[in-house]
Amino acid sequence: MDTQARIPAPLGLLAELTHRCPLACPYCSNPLELEDRRDELDIAAWGRVFREAAELGVLQVHLSGGEPASRRDLVAITATASQAGLYTNLITSAIGLDADRLRALKDAGLDHVQLSIQDTEAESSDMIAGYTGAYARKRAFARSVVSLGLPLTVNAVVHRANIAGLADMVRMADDMGAGRVEIAHVQYYGWALRNRDALMPTRTQVEQATREMETLQQRHAGGLAIDFVVPDYYARRPKACVGGWGRRSLNVTPSGTVLPCHAAQTIPGLEFWSVRDHPLADIWTLSPAFTAFRGTGWMQEPCRSCAFREVDFGGCRCQALAIVGDAAATDPSCELSPHHARMAALAEESAARTDARYAYRGRGEREAVFGSRRPTPIPVR
Amino acid sequence: MVDGATPAIPERPRLAPGVRLHFDKTRDAWVLLCPERVIEAEGPAHEILKRCDGARTVGAIIDELATVYAADRAVIAQDVTDMLAELAAKRLLV
Repeated sequence: MDTQARIPAPLGLLAELTHRCPLACPYCSNPLELEDRRDELDIAAWGRVFREAAELGVLQVHLSGGEPASRRDLVAITATASQAGLYTNLITSAIGLDADRLRALKDAGLDHVQLSIQDTEAESSDMIAGYTGAYARKRAFARSVVSLGLPLTVNAVVHRANIAGLADMVRMADDMGAGRVEIAHVQYYGWALRNRDALMPTRTQVEQATREMETLQQRHAGGLAIDFVVPDYYARRPKACVGGWGRRSLNVTPSGTVLPCHAAQTIPGLEFWSVRDHPLADIWTLSPAFTAFRGTGWMQEPCRSCAFREVDFGGCRCQALAIVGDAAATDPSCELSPHHARMAALAEESAARTDARYAYRGRGEREAVFGSRRPTPIPVR
Repeated sequence: MVDGATPAIPERPRLAPGVRLHFDKTRDAWVLLCPERVIEAEGPAHEILKRCDGARTVGAIIDELATVYAADRAVIAQDVTDMLAELAAKRLLV
């Protein structure tokens, strides 16, 4: 098949080792329906996936979840990835990883640790995570990472409750000894979409935050690296979601289904293949889900004739589906989309909702955190 | 925190923790694997990078490359220090 020759090899693989997680962050972008523990791939299957991935051209594997440490065999899984020659990055909440287990991970070949934080104060952090004591454990974990000489990235998801505290977050990441901090606005997929009304900041807050991040990046130039991911809903141009569909990365779910992106299963009619049935290389090149939006042939106007079509690849398919109702439409975060104004209006409506509550997975609801630093106090019911 | 300052080239440079030099068979290229990034080590860059082992001095690296490429040491010295300065600025060297 001559099209195969033109398909670039993927660089990164997101390995969702489990959907289990001790935290219950309202902005979780995993699907509403999680996969069951009994269906999780075993270590032999992951070993095969990693070897096939390396053979296919993948260079980096991101061990994620859920909380990957919820798997008792995390150290052995990490070792198989490392032995396959992959650069291993652990994406964790820190819960379930003490200093001994972390040392074992390092010995297994772990290259890099990415730690999530929710906020810079214990009370608010634990409330957002839905887990008492999470903040203290994250601080202790960061000390272990640094003392072992492992490189640390701190990752914070930004929303209404913590958007006024970004400078404090950057300071906290610096204090923790991180080499890099990633400040990313909520991506409204999966569970997060359900909590949009409780999470969405106002446009003014986002504009202030963006200016603040630019100042912080300048202040830390040459030192702490600060990556900032802007929120789609207030953007003018779409993000090049996953670097282009089926172009740079792939995602393996806990049960072995291979996805072009994290939220691809929200798109109806796509046929996904599993590593239980097919070699990874075949899934990458031939499976219907990967070929559906690869390249530019599937595009409609205004994408089809747009000068940016191979820069942003039309943005995010899942967002086009969620907002426009058509996965092949232009991502409405693009100002050239006829639905762009509606997306901004949705954001403003959500941001104006002061009565929204956090829905936690399996734990009911509670009042949303508005943050003590919010400029105008909002009465919470 | 060093505010906005460019870090100096270390005396005996080595790759920062979390940064690895790797030969990518699929793309037939040397790459630096870094947290969340892959940087292609173009041309002779890998010959410099593989000598950044924390043992060799910058001077020793220059001497070896001048031999490997049978080139004028002054030219090599400029190329090596330019590249090491760039890597140090990106915090890829310690």
